[in-house]
Amino acid sequence: MTENLIETVDLHKSFNLKEKGTLHVLKGVSEHIAKGEVVSIIGPSGGGKSTFLRCLNLLEKPDSGKIVFEGVEITNEKVDINLHRQKMGMVFQHFNVFNHLSVLKNITLAPVLLGKRSQAEADEQARQLLSRVGLLDKQDEHPSRLSGGQKQRLAIVRALAMEPDVMLFDEPTSALDPEMVGEVLDVIKALVKSGMTSVIVTHEMGFAREVSDRILFMDGGVIAESGKPDDIMNHPRNPRTKEFLSKVLY
Amino acid sequence: MNYFSNIVKIMAKYWKVFLLEGVGYTLLLSLITVAFGVILGLLIYLGRTVRFKPVNWLCIAIVEVVRGTPMLLQLYVGYFLVPKLLPFEVTPFLCVAVALCINSGCYVSEIFRSGIQAVDRGQTEAARSLGLNGRQTMFRIVLPQAVKNILPALGNEFITIIKETSLASTFFVGELMTACLKVRGNTFLAMECITIVGVIYFVLTFILSKLMNAFERRLKAND
Repeated sequence: MTENLIETVDLHKSFNLKEKGTLHVLKGVSEHIAKGEVVSIIGPSGGGKSTFLRCLNLLEKPDSGKIVFEGVEITNEKVDINLHRQKMGMVFQHFNVFNHLSVLKNITLAPVLLGKRSQAEADEQARQLLSRVGLLDKQDEHPSRLSGGQKQRLAIVRALAMEPDVMLFDEPTSALDPEMVGEVLDVIKALVKSGMTSVIVTHEMGFAREVSDRILFMDGGVIAESGKPDDIMNHPRNPRTKEFLSKVLY
Repeated sequence: MNYFSNIVKIMAKYWKVFLLEGVGYTLLLSLITVAFGVILGLLIYLGRTVRFKPVNWLCIAIVEVVRGTPMLLQLYVGYFLVPKLLPFEVTPFLCVAVALCINSGCYVSEIFRSGIQAVDRGQTEAARSLGLNGRQTMFRIVLPQAVKNILPALGNEFITIIKETSLASTFFVGELMTACLKVRGNTFLAMECITIVGVIYFVLTFILSKLMNAFERRLKAND
């Protein structure tokens, strides 16, 4: 049996909206993500994909259920989540690069501040990471000078600088201009090939099929179907998966 | 025209009252107000964010009362209340300064609040996802970006305060408007005196706003 890196048990999450009452977004999500596995999450908007992903590093706190990461139940109040977050890199739809810091500082801030590396070591590592994604010549620029695709590549290596055991991607290409999607997907592909455990929420069906070991289809707050890319894409069993895929052009 | 020659004559005789005493006290009062207003504003802002409801409510109540009552009324409260609260003799200047500081502190706390809230939530989320704790996120990520929202608004607050100190003349504390009242009393030339202090107020605030613009441009250039 493969080793579980992340395990969730019966996750529930509701949001209190002032006008509309309570929105029950996650309705019992239990899932295992194995070490080295690449899992893509697809599904219609509002189905709970992003909320599920954001629960994994507790950016959203689930109302009930538990999350076990590397054998530690991080949903336990007594656990210092900051330590475990260092091992879970996250990439956001809107990049969220630090606008007041140079490209290099964006990468080195966390490793230096959290005592993982000296400034000199972190600088060296950051330059290596930047050259891997073709941004070495931008190291002293401010993010406002970068294109969307460049910002997202920076955000990816910023997360990698902490040497995480898993990468969480929250619709990493949804906010990009079409001509920049490719460059970001290429970086993620290379990362995935190197064996990084990844959970990817995406609307890029072709990409999900190509890189994933497994695809989860989420709808209505539950994982409606899970399986190998080929099975999900070509032989969906759940009628909702079928309906969703028939609407998505890829 | 008599009007202009009168202004020249008044300035020749009373320039010290306007430019030294008046401008001096106005700037002193404004500087005290801004300095303590910022400190008080920070305290009120922190009071609104601590996890202790009674302190939250107290700070919100103070801000709402100050924002909902006239400045002049607050100066009266300061003028009559401060001497009763302090065991030693106080000058009207101090009483008025206290009232101005509290008033300014409330507005400044709102400036802090909106400046910090204007920093995109995503910045906080990204920092927390890297493993930074709440304090590190606040000091290394949020505040450095909030400063760019806060400083221009603080500059405007400073300009507003310079103009609002004129209300302190009700208590004859010696600032520009008091100088105007004094000279008017001596010369009986109302329009001329008002023109003189009007020009001085305008020059003061105009210079300050140009300085702030230059400062803002430098902040933007650093982006």
